[in-house]
This record gives sequence, C-alpha cells and structure tokens, in this order.
Amino acid sequence: MRPVLAVLRKDLRLELRTFETLPAMVLFSVSTFVIFHFALARSTISGQLAAGVLTVTLLFAALLGSGRLFVAEREQGGFDAFLLAPVDRTSLLLAKAAAMFLFLAVLEVVAVPAFALLLLGPSLGPRLPGLIAVLALADLALAVIGTLVSAIAIHTRARDMISPIIGLPLLLPALIATARAAAVVLAPHAAGTPPGRWLLILALYDVVFALLSYAVFDFLLED
Amino acid sequence: MSYGRGLRVLSFVTIATITLALALVFFYAPLDVNQGFIQKIFYIHVPLAITALCGFVFGGLLAIGHLRTGDRKWDLRSYVAIHMALIFGVAGLITGSIWAKASWGHWWVWSDPTLVSFLIVMLLFATYQPLRFSIEDPERQARYASVFAIVAGAFVPLNFIAVRMAQGFVHPRVLTLTGGHLPGSMGLTFAISLIGIALLYTTLWKYEIAAKQARMQLRRLRRAALGEDALRPLGRSAAPS
Amino acid sequence: MDPAIELRGLTRRFGERAALKNVTVAVPPGATLAVLGRNGAGKSTLLRILATLLRPHAGEVSVLGQSLPRQAHAVRPKVGLLSHEPLLYRDLSGRENLRYHAQLHRVAPERVEQLLEAVGMGHRADDPVRSLSRGLVQRVAVCRAVLHDPEVLLLDEPRANLDPAAVELIEPLIGRGNGHTRVLTSHDPRSALDDADLVLGLSDGMAAFVQSPGEVTSEQLRELYE
Repeated sequence: MRPVLAVLRKDLRLELRTFETLPAMVLFSVSTFVIFHFALARSTISGQLAAGVLTVTLLFAALLGSGRLFVAEREQGGFDAFLLAPVDRTSLLLAKAAAMFLFLAVLEVVAVPAFALLLLGPSLGPRLPGLIAVLALADLALAVIGTLVSAIAIHTRARDMISPIIGLPLLLPALIATARAAAVVLAPHAAGTPPGRWLLILALYDVVFALLSYAVFDFLLED
Repeated sequence: MSYGRGLRVLSFVTIATITLALALVFFYAPLDVNQGFIQKIFYIHVPLAITALCGFVFGGLLAIGHLRTGDRKWDLRSYVAIHMALIFGVAGLITGSIWAKASWGHWWVWSDPTLVSFLIVMLLFATYQPLRFSIEDPERQARYASVFAIVAGAFVPLNFIAVRMAQGFVHPRVLTLTGGHLPGSMGLTFAISLIGIALLYTTLWKYEIAAKQARMQLRRLRRAALGEDALRPLGRSAAPS
Repeated sequence: MDPAIELRGLTRRFGERAALKNVTVAVPPGATLAVLGRNGAGKSTLLRILATLLRPHAGEVSVLGQSLPRQAHAVRPKVGLLSHEPLLYRDLSGRENLRYHAQLHRVAPERVEQLLEAVGMGHRADDPVRSLSRGLVQRVAVCRAVLHDPEVLLLDEPRANLDPAAVELIEPLIGRGNGHTRVLTSHDPRSALDDADLVLGLSDGMAAFVQSPGEVTSEQLRELYE
C-alpha cells in the first residue's frame, strides 16, 4: 500500500505543479458541450441523446488524460526510478489508475454542471445520485483501461495513436452500458433510477478488467 | 528439425473435408423456403465467424504460453493465430454482409447483438499488427503483443456477453442465428462445414509457422556460415523474427 | 571468499544483434571494476543488468550471492545505480524527488537531509530540478543512488558534469574505501584505471580482456577505442 500512496502523492503533486492534464480535460469537455449545443441546434436534450453526448465526451476526455499518464515516467527516467525500488510492480498500476480516477472525478465536478447548463433539459438536482452511481462505475472502467492501454502505448512509436485505437474497442461495452444507464437517469419527465442490469454489467466489466490488468501489468514493465 | 510435421496429412484431410462440405452444401442441404439459394452462404459465413473468434481466443492462450515460458516460439504461434483469425474474420464479415443484403435487404444491421459484438472484436484485433509494428525492440514487441493478445482474447467472450445483455433489453432478437435448432440435414451440413473451416484454419496456421521457422533457421545458418555481414538486416516488422 | 559480483557467459541480445556476448568476470567484495569500451560496446547494458533493470538472455549473473533474474527483488535493495540520466522529475525539487525515492526504498526522511547537506545542496534543495545546473543535478542524482545505503555501486560516468569541488563532495559517498563493491564506466580510460582494482575491456559486446590495471597496455586501449 505504501508504494501506491507514494507514487500517487508524487503524481498529484506533479499535476498541481504543472497542470498538464486536468485543465486540458476540462477545457476539452466544456468546448465539446458548446460544440454539441450548436451542432445539434437544440436548446435542450434529454434521455438517450443526452446520455450519449455526455458519455462520449467523457470518454474522449479520459483518453486525452490517459495519454499523459506515463509520459513523465518515460521521458524523465521515472520507470527506472520505480523499477530500481524494492516494490511490487503492480503498485504502479494501482497508483496510476487511482490518479486517473481522481482526475475523472474532478473533471466531472466541473463538466457535469457545465453539461447541465449548456445542454441538459431536465434539471440536474434530482438526477444527481443516479448519475453519480453510473459515472463512478464508468470512471473505474475508464481508469483501469486507460492505465493499461497507456502503459502499452508509452513504449511504442506512435503512442498518441495507439492509445485510442486500442482503448476505444475495449471500452465499447462499458460505453454502451454507461450510455444506456444514464439515459434512464436523464429521462425528460421523471428521474429514473439507473437500471440494475446496466450497473451490473459495468461492475462486472470493471472487476474483470481490473483483475486482467493486475495479472499482466508486470510483463509490461519488465525488460 | 522438421518443419510442419504432419502438414501433408492435415492438408489432405482438410481438402477432403471441405470437398465433402461443399458437396453437402450444394447437393444435400435443403433449399431454404424464404431466402432461396443465397441462404447457403450461411454454411461458409458462420463457420468463418466462429473460427475467427476461436482463433482470437486461441491466440490469447498461446500468448499466455509465451509470457509463462519466455520462449519466442509461442509468440510466433500466437501471432500467426491472430493474423490468420483476422483474415478469416474479414471473410466472415464480407460473407455475412452478402447474406444480410440478400436475405434482409441491408448490408449491415445495428440491432443484432452478434454482428455488433463481432465488429467490435474485429476493430480491436485490427490494432494488433499496428501495435507490433510500432515497437522496435523485438523482445518488447513480442511481450507487449502477448499482453495485448491475452487482454483482447479475454475480451472476446466478455464482449459478446455484455452486448447480448445490452441489446436484449432494448430490442427483441430481430435476427435469429439458427445455431442449435437446425433440422437434421442442415445440421449435418453445417457441422461438416464448420469442421472443414476449422481444419483449414489449423492447416494454414501450421503452414505459416513452418514457413516462418524455416526462414529464421535459414538466416541463422547463413549468419553462422557466412558471418554477420552476409545478411541484410531485417527491417522493422510486425512479425516475430 | 565468494565474489560480490560474478558474470559467467552473460549474453544479452537486441533483436538479432548481441549487445553483450559471453562476458565472464568475477569481482571480489569491496573491489572496483572499471568497464572500458567505445560507445555501444555494451557498458551501459552491463550496468543495467546488474541493476536488475534488464534480464540476461543467457549465462549466469550473481550479485552478492543472489542470482539474477530470479532473485532480482532481493538484489534491488543492495545495489545503487548512477546512470546517464539523473532519474529525477524536473518539475519537483531535489528534496521532493529524494523524499519520493526514500518512500519507495523505505528509508527515513532524515537520511535525505543528511545527504543533501553532505553534497552541499542544502540551500537549493527546494528549487525545481529543471532550474538546477547539470552539476547540481548530478549531485542530487548521487544522493538518489546512495540513499538506501547499497553495498554495490553501479556508476555510469560518475564524474560527468561535476566541477572539482563537487567531485570532492561526492567522493566520500561513492569513492573507494567505503567497503562498497563498485562497477564503473568512464570515457576517460586513464582516470578509470587509477580508480580500479580490475579492468574489463568490452568490444562489440564481448570481453576483450579482464586484467588488473597495471597489466593493461596502451596497445590494448588503442584497439578498444578505435
């Protein structure tokens, strides 16, 4: 646990010092909502359309953020520094995934109200608990897959390309579940509770990929 | 070292089975009342798709072998399994499209969970070779490819389950895959076709591995006999070397 | 006495090329091995293998009685690597970097302060590494390498970028006479020979010679570097 916290603290400190990742994710999301506002030429959206717009925007913001996860490690010798330490390799995975999850949570604190302001028809308030439940599970999926794919991509030549093309198909089932669940929450007339089945699919997806990533991560770091 | 042990026997069995399958398809299987002759493409399309999916999972299992033993032979087997499965998968998509157009009037149908799942899997595995190609260090390339193959191989069943659960709650199954409920004669034809395509996959897999291993051995012998300079260096490649 | 470091037939490939081929050498405890050779001869690869960052592809490697790669986790706390790159995050300060490493290596924070003082970095320890001159960065890197008090030091060009005053400051930390077993590489064969008990000459990944410094001839050095 301690190495996980050490790495996480270091990453959060670096982000606070440099602001390389989070502001970009936030700006991207808000700009995308503005673009959708004009592209859809509607004053408000709700239901499946709203869920789709929100999910896709968060997905791309997450891919943007995850692309930066290991850059400092790669370019400033961080991998070597970590690998020289007598710690379990998977601590790096846990720390990075936790960082990613935190970034997404902070992103959503800004982006979801922005979304409500710019696009959403029905009011956000009563829908918040349901939405938080859905987004929490979705963020877990994005964090785990984002970290895994970013770790794979960081050693390739075309790292900014490889990350999304592998990540998007892998995330599609989670994306479908998130959008369907959110659609019920964002329904125009009554705030529905997200259907248990979608949440179950998301949860299963999270668990399976977390275990898979945990199993293979060592092989990505060793040389 | 013998390359492609048993390949000759396997090839004969494959050709025999496929010939038998074709014979059954054209002369034995009944003509479908609704779709007519074009329905028979089902006997190629579905085996191709099933074989492709099994090939992907097979590639993942071989990759586990590579990571556990560190022996690059497994990586070669995994690579060939996946890229062969991709080829079969593309053939499956094309034949499926033809069948879809002929019987339902559309080249593609989004509401069918099986088609959508298959497309997602193909999109994922299409990134396998670009990934390999973009890693220059051959050791790392093999290792990362194996990690990918394992994650992607595990993804195949997961994906089908997830999409099936998803679609089931929105649309009723619009198009039913006639697996398992085929009348006797169709069932037999289908089974033979499936075996034939699976044998074809296995034969091509072994054939390609044998060819690659022979080539590598040739390089090793040339290096040993003629010295390092006699070899043209291998360029960057996606294939294991 | 068992050697502190023993290599037998060590081979490491890069694709079809051999970065290291069949290297055999034994380093007694407390001794210094100088590794000489041109760029690309395999010096850094050798150090990285000893540091457990790379696995050997063939042959045997043992450090302090533990064999690599199987017992790499046991070797890690006992080796310290000073490599080409300082392995420091540029946007964090020297102190923050060292505290991070201290947490990973389970070393008390007091040791960080002690080392920063010892290399004369007390006054600039809170400046981000990006603002430090190369010489100061190297001093912090030395601190990082010896933070966990390793028995074996792996030094890749340790005196690069350092002025004579700094060299004096780091000498007690990484120099001879502390009981450390050391493996060092240098571009300057003369100074390396002065510092060493044993010399390994690498040429295209293969051991050209393994001798004591006194036995190394100018002829051999010339062949190594041309």
